[in-house]
Amino acid sequence: MESYVVVAAVVLVGLLLFAAAMAARALIAPKAPTRAKLTTYESGVDPVGQGWAQTQIRYFVYAFLYVIFAVDAVYLFPWALVVRQADLGLASLVEIGVFIGIIVIGLAHAARRGLLRWF
Amino acid sequence: MAVDLPMPRVGPATDLAPRPIRVVLNWGRRYSLWVFNFGLACCAIEFIAASMARHDFIRLGVIPFAPGPRQADLMVVSGTVTDKMAPAVRRLYDQMPEPKYVISFGACSNSGGPYWDSYCVTKGVDTVVPVDVYVPGCPPRPEALLQGILRLQEKIAAESLSTKGIRAKYAGHRRASAGELARGLVRRPATDGEASTHG
Repeated sequence: MESYVVVAAVVLVGLLLFAAAMAARALIAPKAPTRAKLTTYESGVDPVGQGWAQTQIRYFVYAFLYVIFAVDAVYLFPWALVVRQADLGLASLVEIGVFIGIIVIGLAHAARRGLLRWF
Repeated sequence: MAVDLPMPRVGPATDLAPRPIRVVLNWGRRYSLWVFNFGLACCAIEFIAASMARHDFIRLGVIPFAPGPRQADLMVVSGTVTDKMAPAVRRLYDQMPEPKYVISFGACSNSGGPYWDSYCVTKGVDTVVPVDVYVPGCPPRPEALLQGILRLQEKIAAESLSTKGIRAKYAGHRRASAGELARGLVRRPATDGEASTHG
C-alpha cells in the first residue's frame, strides 16, 4: 500500500510541476499572434490541403509485411533470452509457438495475395 | 477565412515585474537562445563551424537544436536571400514565438553583398524581417558570429518587454502575409537606340 502512495505522490508532483510551468508561461510570456504565425508550419511555405490526407492504399502491403517481420523480431529477441530458463522455458516456448502461428497465418495470406513475389 | 487575432500583449507578471525581476528574466532569455538553424549559402558553413567544438557557441548559451521555428528564439540568416526565398524566410520568422531575435550573418544577408546588382537577390534580409545584429564579412569568421552573439546578448539584457512596446512593434503588419513579399519578374528595360543606364 505504501508503495502506491509513493507512486501517487510522484504523479501529483509531476502534475504540479506541469501546472506551475504553464502558469509561469501565462504570467510571463509575451504573445503577438499574427495570421502567419497561426498557420500550420510547413517549412516556410503555404500549407496545402486539409489536415486529413489520403494515402495510396497500396502502402498497406508494406505496413502489413512490416508488422509480420519487424514486430515478430521484436518479440523473438527477448524470448530468446528466457527460453533456457527452467521456470519460463516451456511455457514461453508454447506461447511463442501460438504467436508465430498467428503471424504465419498473416504471412500465408500475404503469399496467397501474391505480395511476396519478386516480379 | 476569419481568424480571431487577440491583441499582442505580454503576460501580466512581466508588465508588473519590478526591475530586479526584469533583470532575472532578461538574464534567462539572453543565455538560452535556441537558434533556428538553417543555411541559405556558404556562410552557413561558418555558422556550423561556430557551433562545433573549436568555437562552440553553446558555451554562450546559444543552442542549435531547435527543430523548427516554433521552438526557436534566435534566427541566424546565414547566406544569400533570394527574392524567391524571401517569403519563406519571412514566414519562418513570423512563426517564431515572442520574444524573437534575428542576426544577419554575412555580406549577402546584410545588403546583398557581391550580388548587390543581381535581378533576383534580396538587397539585405532587413528588407524582409527586422534585424537585431549585423555581422559583416564575406564570409565572416566564426569569431565574428561569437561577437555578434555577445552584442545581441547585451541588447537583450538592456531591453524591457511591455504590452505597450510590443503593440507598437506590431502595429504595422499584424495582418500581412508572407506572400506580399513576392514580386514579379524583372523585365528587360525597353531600349531605344543605345540607351545604356548601367555602370
